Formats: sequence, structure tokens, C-alpha cells
Amino acid sequence: MPAKDGNGASQASETGTWKVKTGLAQMLKGGVIMDVVTPEHAKIAEEAGACAVMALERVPADIRADGGVARMSDPEVISRIIDTVTIPVMAKCRIGHLVEAQVLEALGVDYIDESEVLTPADEEHHVNKHPFKVPFVCGCRNLGEALRRIGEGAAMMRTKGEAGTGNIVEAVRHMRAVWDGIRRLQTMPEEELMAEAKELGAPLELVRETRSLGRLPVVNYAAGGVATPADAALMMQLGADGVFIGSGIFKSEDPAPRAHAVVQAVTHFQDPKIIAEVSRGLGEPMRGLELSQIPEEELLAKRGW
Amino acid sequence: MKIGVLALQGDFEEHISVLTKLGADASEVRLPEQLDDLDGLIIPGGESTTIARLLARWQLLSPIRRRALEGMAVWGTCAGAILLAERATGLDREGLRLMDIAVERNAYGRQVDSFEAELSVPAFGSRPFHAVFIRAPRISEIGAKAKPLARLAGGAVVAAQQDQLLVTAFHPELTEDARFHQHFLELAAASPPATIRETESQAATGARRPA
Repeated sequence: MPAKDGNGASQASETGTWKVKTGLAQMLKGGVIMDVVTPEHAKIAEEAGACAVMALERVPADIRADGGVARMSDPEVISRIIDTVTIPVMAKCRIGHLVEAQVLEALGVDYIDESEVLTPADEEHHVNKHPFKVPFVCGCRNLGEALRRIGEGAAMMRTKGEAGTGNIVEAVRHMRAVWDGIRRLQTMPEEELMAEAKELGAPLELVRETRSLGRLPVVNYAAGGVATPADAALMMQLGADGVFIGSGIFKSEDPAPRAHAVVQAVTHFQDPKIIAEVSRGLGEPMRGLELSQIPEEELLAKRGW
Repeated sequence: MKIGVLALQGDFEEHISVLTKLGADASEVRLPEQLDDLDGLIIPGGESTTIARLLARWQLLSPIRRRALEGMAVWGTCAGAILLAERATGLDREGLRLMDIAVERNAYGRQVDSFEAELSVPAFGSRPFHAVFIRAPRISEIGAKAKPLARLAGGAVVAAQQDQLLVTAFHPELTEDARFHQHFLELAAASPPATIRETESQAATGARRPA
């Protein structure tokens, strides 16, 4: 399809390709994507050095506290955030809610997060993401889940973690599980891959590709529970390509300096002296939740199939 | 040959992987001292607003400028091109302002308008270059010191060169065709060797020459 740009892009140019979808995620590597609920938040995030923002109605900690059905944000809020910042804007749709996804694409968001943080619209199927021009990011807890989402067309992955808790333990569990799955593939003889694909519930072709790349075929961010610069650097050292931070910024005592510090810590994730320096005097982080205090049925990471 | 890739944010790993395949000694640059012995520096794709802030925070702007003025080769892809331009519309922070071009951020639209296209690059011969443009900047002006290097079929300039400085509005690091990386290594090879510059600057400050 020709690009509509009036800047001389040729008839032969093609939009919405897998390359440009996965490519934008590659441009976000080594960066921090922050949840924002207002244009003012978005401005603070951009000013602090976020490489993108996630526009949503309530941060996960509030969704958790408020209960009820969590849906796609008001298009009005999303549009205002798009108009406020020049960095990419992402927004969330419910799992399987293809019309929310269509609406977000029509609004011009740069990435859609088909997210377990919102209440699922379909308890068996995710959105078929291939036909969309806008790329999707999805959550995963392990390699099989990641490859199923990529098979459906997700051009970027993230760990699920446990959003809105300020507790990094689940994100660590999920990131380690993804890498364990990849290392397992790499030690396996060719003839065992089919059974492994069956076991993982993942397409064989993607299993093969992951094995030969030695990593997921798309960018994989960490998400769900990041609250401090050290949390962010931890996820980078565990092999994340970048970090989503949700409630961790705007539920802390002083969001702007914390946002800035998390950005520095992701860039210098291998340098403890710098992480120490940027972590000084940031005020109270978000309060945080012990996972065992959360009733089983309220765990967000269990959503997604 | 030692090539640094600015690793503050963006797709620096992709550049390092191409450079390594071409036999260059590629390293990540996050702090000023990591610039010291480089023959060339690549500023990768990423978010130009983020990278501009980190360049200022980690005091990299003037050392990169100084090394480039001494003759170090520098190549900016996409965000990197925005940072190298003398004039950049839509960038709210200071860039490196090394190249006599003007760029406009996000001029082709949002992500749904990101595209792939074939380019003509006369310097590389008749075979077109397949290019990936992601929320790409537009090169809106080429000043007297710079010259166009690649164009879209409609004629728009999407890569330019000024002596040992190079910009591409697209991402050669995302495709298999390594001709731009090869071209950059040639520019870096032709720039004055880092060791000579170092010796000269040590001599100038009265420091002892290495044995």
C-alpha cells in the first residue's frame, strides 16, 4: 500500500510491515516506557527521558484498588496525550477486544498493549494482530506464552510481572522463565523440537527461530512491579531489552526525580556506582504489596491464554 | 578499526552486530572517556528526545563535537540524524549541530505511516538499497557543505554526507544490506588515526608521550 506522505515517498513504499512493527520496538531498546493518565504526567515522563508513554485511565495500582471492569481509556484522554508529547504513545486494549484495538489504531497510537491489566473481553482468544497496521505488545510469563503471542502477531513482548504491586518478584520470575526456555531449546537436538513446541503450545517455526537466534524473535521488555532504579537495572541485567514502569512513578512520593533516575539506571544498568548515585534522595517509593496478600483470583498475570 | 556506538538508548546492539560481521572492533559508548580511542562513532536509532537528554546529562555533547571537528567519522541513523543536524525542528534539547542540514522530526507521520522503500544511492551503483523508515525524520534542507547521498523514488533526499559525517533518515542496521556500514568504515579509515590525535593532544598539554 502506498505511503500517504506527500514528502516524496514512492508508490512502491509499504506501510504496516512486520519489519516496521518490530523495528519500532527495536528503537525503544534500552529505554523506559512510563504509564501516564494525564497530559501533565506525559509531559513529566517525556521531560525525564522516557522513550514512550503508555496512556491509560488509571495506573494498575488504582485499577487493583478500585476493582470493577477496567477498559480501554477514554479516546479524549488518549488524543490529548498524543497532542502533548512528541515521543511514541502506546495505549491498552482488553485481551481479545478487537474493536478497542481498532479504535486505538484509528486514534493514531503508535503501539497497542493487549493487556492483562484490563479486564479480559475474551477468555479463550487474543486479538489476531497481523491484519493491523499498528503494532502490538503483549505480556508473557514464559517462553510458550511469548511465542503464542508472537504467532498471533505481537511485534514486541514484555513480562507480565504483577502490575500495580511495586513488587519485582513476579517480573523476575517471568524473565528468568523466558530465558530458561530459550536456553533449553539451545541445548536440544533438532529432533526434539517438535515435541518441545507441542509442550510449549507454540508454533514450531517460532521455536526454531528462537533457538537459532538465542533470544526471542522480537524485543522483550520487563514490566509489572518495577518501583526503583535498582529494580529497573535488575531487569536489564536479567536480559530485558527495556523497562515499563507503571504505578512505580506516579504512585511514588516525588514522581519527576524518580522517573529521571529510572531512565539513568536503565542506560547505566551495568554500573552500580551510577545506580547508587542516581538513587539518592528520591523520597518514598510506592508502598508495594506482598504477593501472598493478594487473593488468588485478583492476580492479573493469570489472565491471558 | 575501533568504532563506538552510542549506547544511551536505542538499537545500538543491531549496529554492533553489523560492524562485528564486517570485522570492525565495535564498542558501546555511554561515558565521555569511552570516546578516546575511536576512529568512528555511530549514533543509532532510538528516541531523539531521550538520547538528547542523556547526551547532556552524561556530558557527551562537547567531547563528541570536539572529536568530530578533529576528524572522527560520525554517522547518525534516524534519531542520530536528528542529533547531528545543524537545525532540527521538533527537538526540544540541544543536539550536536555538526552537519549543515535541517531535519524535521516525525515528518512522515505516526507509526502507522512508517514504511519500507527502495532507494537510489548513486555512490553505491545501480542496485537499489532497501530501506526501513520508522517514525522517520525528513531531511528538509541540505546546506552548501553537505551533499545528498540517497533519494526516495520521488526525489526526496534521505541520506547525506559532509566530509566524514553521514546521516541516514532510515535504518540500515535493520536490514541485511551492509553497504552503508561498509561506506562508514571507509570514512572512518580515511579519518586521522586516533592514536596520532592522542599523541598530539598529549604533546600539546605537555604530557609524556607513550614509550
